[in-house]
Amino acid sequence: MNKLYIFLKYFFIVVWTVFVVAPFLWALTTSFKDFQSVNGGVTYIPWVDFEPNLEGWKVLIKSPAKGGVDIIEPYFNSLFVTCTASLISIILGTLSAYALSRYTFKAGFVKNNDITFFFISQRIMPPIVLSIPFFLFLSSISLLDSLTGLIVVYIVLLMPIAVWIMVDFFNKVPREIDETALIDGCNPYQAFLKVVLPNSIPGLIVAGMFCIIFGWIDFFFAFILTFTEVQLLPVKIVALNSSVTPWWSLSASALVSVAPLIIVAFIVERYLSKGNLSGAIK
Amino acid sequence: MDLVANNLSYKPDDQYHLNEVSFNFKEGNLYTILGRTLSGKTTLLKTIAGLLTPDSGEIEFDGKNFLKVPVWERNVAMVYQQFINYPHLNVYENIAFPLKQRKMDQSIINDKVMDALKSVGLLGYEKRKIQELSGGQQQRVSLARSLVKNAKILLLDEPLVNLDYKLREQLREEFKNLFSKGLADETILIYSTTDPRETMELNGEVIVLDEGKVLQVGSAKEIFENPNSLKVAEISNDPPMNIIEAKISDNNIKFEGINLEAPQHLSKLTEDGLKIGLRSSDIELNENGQEFEVELAEISGSETLLHLKRGDTKIIVSIEEVLNFKIHDKVKINFKIDRAYAFNADGKLAASPFGGLNGQN
Repeated sequence: MNKLYIFLKYFFIVVWTVFVVAPFLWALTTSFKDFQSVNGGVTYIPWVDFEPNLEGWKVLIKSPAKGGVDIIEPYFNSLFVTCTASLISIILGTLSAYALSRYTFKAGFVKNNDITFFFISQRIMPPIVLSIPFFLFLSSISLLDSLTGLIVVYIVLLMPIAVWIMVDFFNKVPREIDETALIDGCNPYQAFLKVVLPNSIPGLIVAGMFCIIFGWIDFFFAFILTFTEVQLLPVKIVALNSSVTPWWSLSASALVSVAPLIIVAFIVERYLSKGNLSGAIK
Repeated sequence: MDLVANNLSYKPDDQYHLNEVSFNFKEGNLYTILGRTLSGKTTLLKTIAGLLTPDSGEIEFDGKNFLKVPVWERNVAMVYQQFINYPHLNVYENIAFPLKQRKMDQSIINDKVMDALKSVGLLGYEKRKIQELSGGQQQRVSLARSLVKNAKILLLDEPLVNLDYKLREQLREEFKNLFSKGLADETILIYSTTDPRETMELNGEVIVLDEGKVLQVGSAKEIFENPNSLKVAEISNDPPMNIIEAKISDNNIKFEGINLEAPQHLSKLTEDGLKIGLRSSDIELNENGQEFEVELAEISGSETLLHLKRGDTKIIVSIEEVLNFKIHDKVKINFKIDRAYAFNADGKLAASPFGGLNGQN
């Protein structure tokens, strides 16, 4: 029984690992292939099945004049926009979530839950509905085709996620902890910063992770709200496509674009394995 | 420095949490607020701490309007029933927190924290995480955190209620010692509880609270001997005092076909609708007594609680030993009727065996 359990456990772990890792390995080998090795039947092992070359990777850093696509600038644009928008969303979202969790708001029939739902409702609408208002809005304040404009739009998209996660999190932090901090001589701001926030790190990490993921993978708004001055990575990757699909450079760019997410995942995993995420509040 | 409240009322929904509560607490004294759950004890403590603002009424401390002082400047300390500590700090940091908040010298903080740890018996636990402690230890940490501040007002909100029986007994004993010698003379100590036994043991001034209203104020002995109403008699006894509807005539107390000779303090009462109150410990098993039927027998600790019935009259008897009974068993009991109370039709005390009021006054 016990042996069967161990066997089954490892069996499923192996199957799942293959399921998760195989696409990455496939993309990795493809990125070193050329036209012949991709289209001339299935090949797996470098140097045996096919002769690896760096052409797919070189295209990514070559300037367009030399037939490349140069994703370096879009890459850093993407990083900058995602991180800035996520950071601002987390700060604003956490403050709003704390207020929504601890204080009672009332304006006619609008109460705390309605305000929380208003935030979330921003994500319920299909992006296409928001695109025209965003376009007109950014053009009216001359921020179309600029990093600042994208950051503003991303904050609108990411803050609801932060509010949603953090309201739920703060609701689980006993109110008595804030009260004890007040009694121990903190004013409400100190109580928030010194006591509530340090106990909310797990929630902040989860919210931050979601913001970074959703910001990083957005293609739609980056495509609609930028033209020539500014480009983000997802848009640039699509620009790689031409009459002959360059699978090798697509694979290379796909790997480069998931790299930050993998790094984020590793950091979060460390927190998880230390047990810092669970059981912070008894 | 006195803490004086006048007509505090707080009604956040359709029920009063505080209803015209007034008191005058003097420094160096222990006050016990006794009441059932939802009687307004926590609301009252939170109002004193400044976490709640009453709808009306005023609180003065040291002659100044306390309601104008924000919580963080009030110099109060509070221990909650739910072992509230800061989960991200270790034991030492938890206790040092209020002192650091006052920007005290590190060496003074260290001395004070060590003293506090010693007084709650947690020396050697400084580096532990809060989550690694048992419930009793967690509650000691929050007690230490409130002691270390030398607060002028110390609020304890049912601090023992979430602990298991043994720990409760032990901590209660330690509390008593701490209160009697450990606290400075200028502290006002306010302790809320649902447990009458705790109230008697702490032996302070008792405020009986029900539905936000103060029912009676007096020493623990006074409340025990002369509860001024049926409500107080119920709240201040565990199990609640037995209330029997009876008639007194011809020097006899009559109910359910039982005739008991009225003791002197009850004999002069003649009015209608009288209720006789008798503690569960003032009824004993006796071969020659009255027959009742067992409805339920529960054993709690070393004591047996018998729920008995005869006609429409239901009573609870506590017996100081563990006995086995079956439901529908017949038992014979004897009423120590000279210990009986009488309450009149509107629930006020009419006569007490301890010579409080009697019908004639």
